[in-house]
Amino acid sequence: MTEKDPILRASRQVGFIGYGAYVPRYRLPASEVARIWKGGAGGSPIKEKAVAGLDEDVITMSIEAARNALSRAAIDPTGIRAVWVGSESHPYAVKPTSTVVAEAIGATPHTLAADWEFACKAGTEALQAAIGFVGSGMANYALAIGMDTAQGRPGDALEYTAAAGGAAYILGPAEEALAVIEGSYSFATDTPDFWRRADEKYPEHGERFTGEPAYFHHILQAGKTLMENLGRRPEDFRFAVFHQPNTKFPQRVAKMLGFSPEQIEAGLLAPRIGNVYAGSALLGLTAILDVAEPGDRILLVSYGSGAGSDAVSLQATHHLPERQKLAPSTEDYIARRIEIDYATYARFRGKLVM
Amino acid sequence: MTAETQNTPILILGVGMTPVGEHWDRSLRELALEAITQARREAGGLKPDVLYVANMLSPTLSRQIHLGTLLADFAGLRGIEAATVEAAGASGGLALRQAYLALLSGEAKLALVVGVEKVSEGLSAEVESALTTATDADYESVHGITETALAAMLMRRYLHEFEAPADALAGFPITAHANAVANPHAMFRRAITRETYQKAPLLSAPLNMFDAAPLADGAAALLLARADALPGSPPEPAVQVSGSGTSVSALALHDRPDPLAFQAAAEAISRALKAAGLKPEAIDLFELHDRFSIYAALALEAAGFAPRGQGWRMAQDGAISLQGKLPVCTMGGSKARGDTGGATGVYQAVEAVLQLRGLAGESQIPNARHALIQCLGGSGATAAAHVLSRFEAK
Repeated sequence: MTEKDPILRASRQVGFIGYGAYVPRYRLPASEVARIWKGGAGGSPIKEKAVAGLDEDVITMSIEAARNALSRAAIDPTGIRAVWVGSESHPYAVKPTSTVVAEAIGATPHTLAADWEFACKAGTEALQAAIGFVGSGMANYALAIGMDTAQGRPGDALEYTAAAGGAAYILGPAEEALAVIEGSYSFATDTPDFWRRADEKYPEHGERFTGEPAYFHHILQAGKTLMENLGRRPEDFRFAVFHQPNTKFPQRVAKMLGFSPEQIEAGLLAPRIGNVYAGSALLGLTAILDVAEPGDRILLVSYGSGAGSDAVSLQATHHLPERQKLAPSTEDYIARRIEIDYATYARFRGKLVM
Repeated sequence: MTAETQNTPILILGVGMTPVGEHWDRSLRELALEAITQARREAGGLKPDVLYVANMLSPTLSRQIHLGTLLADFAGLRGIEAATVEAAGASGGLALRQAYLALLSGEAKLALVVGVEKVSEGLSAEVESALTTATDADYESVHGITETALAAMLMRRYLHEFEAPADALAGFPITAHANAVANPHAMFRRAITRETYQKAPLLSAPLNMFDAAPLADGAAALLLARADALPGSPPEPAVQVSGSGTSVSALALHDRPDPLAFQAAAEAISRALKAAGLKPEAIDLFELHDRFSIYAALALEAAGFAPRGQGWRMAQDGAISLQGKLPVCTMGGSKARGDTGGATGVYQAVEAVLQLRGLAGESQIPNARHALIQCLGGSGATAAAHVLSRFEAK
């Protein structure tokens, strides 16, 4: 890597050999948040968000997504040499999520288990590392997961969108892949737009500062740099997916990068499930892979506060159609919907402290 | 200070300003330096004897006092006299006034005024809290009232007292937004309609989002000189400060016998006009302080441009538009250019200078000779007014 060619290239070509989504079944309509906190007035950034149930957390959700990825990969799980989970809602501050997930899917003990943290791009950070791990030849298979049960302070603007869900990806050699990674790039700066300090229950944010200098700047830089260095243009991609903290931001950043509404439609899930943080762009990508066809190019750009973006360019292979049906689709999960009211949400998410 | 005692004209030789907006990547001192550098460059690089800084929120939001020294130092002006002038939203006008007095007295030959405000580093709750420090801490803000709520109470009383319709004040933001479209330094360069106003969410009933100016970052600067201190005749077209006046009323709204009369505003303008030897009819444009639309109506009435209770009508019938008989907020005012707190009065002066020089672009008032500017502190408790005029050497 040099300044002239800043993109990340593995020694051998790598791709996804399996992918799996998970979205919990409960939905909190944004109108419920508005009812409690705004007297029912004002607009909302999404229609509704997915909420984890009483018996769910990032571990259980990661296990289900990983099992879906394994079903599609159809490999022996003991061959997975890394289990990496990116989240900002790890159930424990000290004790890995990833060891529990690795044990549950049968990837232990010859595996490197670790948790990743980088706000909403912790999942793609794990993905970048997995590309390198497999791409270097250190491992044949690696599992990267982005999963969250995001926290929003009651009454805060983020409470409308902070949702639960995510996705798991098994990386492996390109020959076995359902989608091949063409190249990737990571862009990071010290930009304090959103944070949660140690021992705090809820995050804080810099209001409008989270937009222009944070979300938009990083996604634009990462997306442009990757496309320029791969010699790709927006029209080369059938699909694009961006981190989606609400409905408008990904629509606007897509337009700024030169993508049409049609290119982002399949992966734009925020209006129906909210912002699933570390799982956001990765879950949009599973929805795209569910409908993509061999030869389709896909651009993914995540965003994590603090701040940084990972950009990945993929191309679907002839293996994709046969594996799409081997596990529930993203839409299957989204359609599995039970609406709850604010009181139930408050109980499920431990908002009542007695 | 009256016209007769002015021994020499006080000229504005250079102006500078940054765009108003959320300058995430620039600090208070960087914003100030940009405005200072522009103003000094226009004035041929002259070094001032004195610097007055206008600012209201730096002590609370930036934890920085001592701005006179900070900015003189940062601008490469060590060795001059420098201090901050604070009078809440009227700081800019008061700082200009101090420069004017220093020059008139002969203690200074060249004076620099810079208004600067940096608010985007604070979250909205912090900024709201900082703004309440302009009210009476013991008798107003202690009860939790904010500047917006004070303005809302005035607005409600106004609409009730004068039986004005609910959207009576819509004309002020509509005019301001229309005038800002052509201003490259303005924060909001998009015109709005009456319907937009009517649909806007309430901030504090009956005051809605378009009744309140957005508070934003920015800096503006003026370099002033005694005419007799210049080696030759001033560069054309020059502008002079032909009148200056300030006044204060009771700080707390509830202490004013007639809250709907902006007494300080009336006195400041009357003094400035008297010093300039002008009648209100001679004014070609009025840069008033529309921090809230109700303040614009009350300022027009206080200045005598409209009868009591009738100020809002001037915004209904086009009287205050660029083509009207008294254009106001010609480059967007606080509502659309953006309100820069204590720097507002300096922005108004810079904009008036552009008008008087004939350099206001699409906002130009044809043949403007006399501009009235006025900024307000708190809920109209402090007012500083100046008349700036095209300088014609005798």
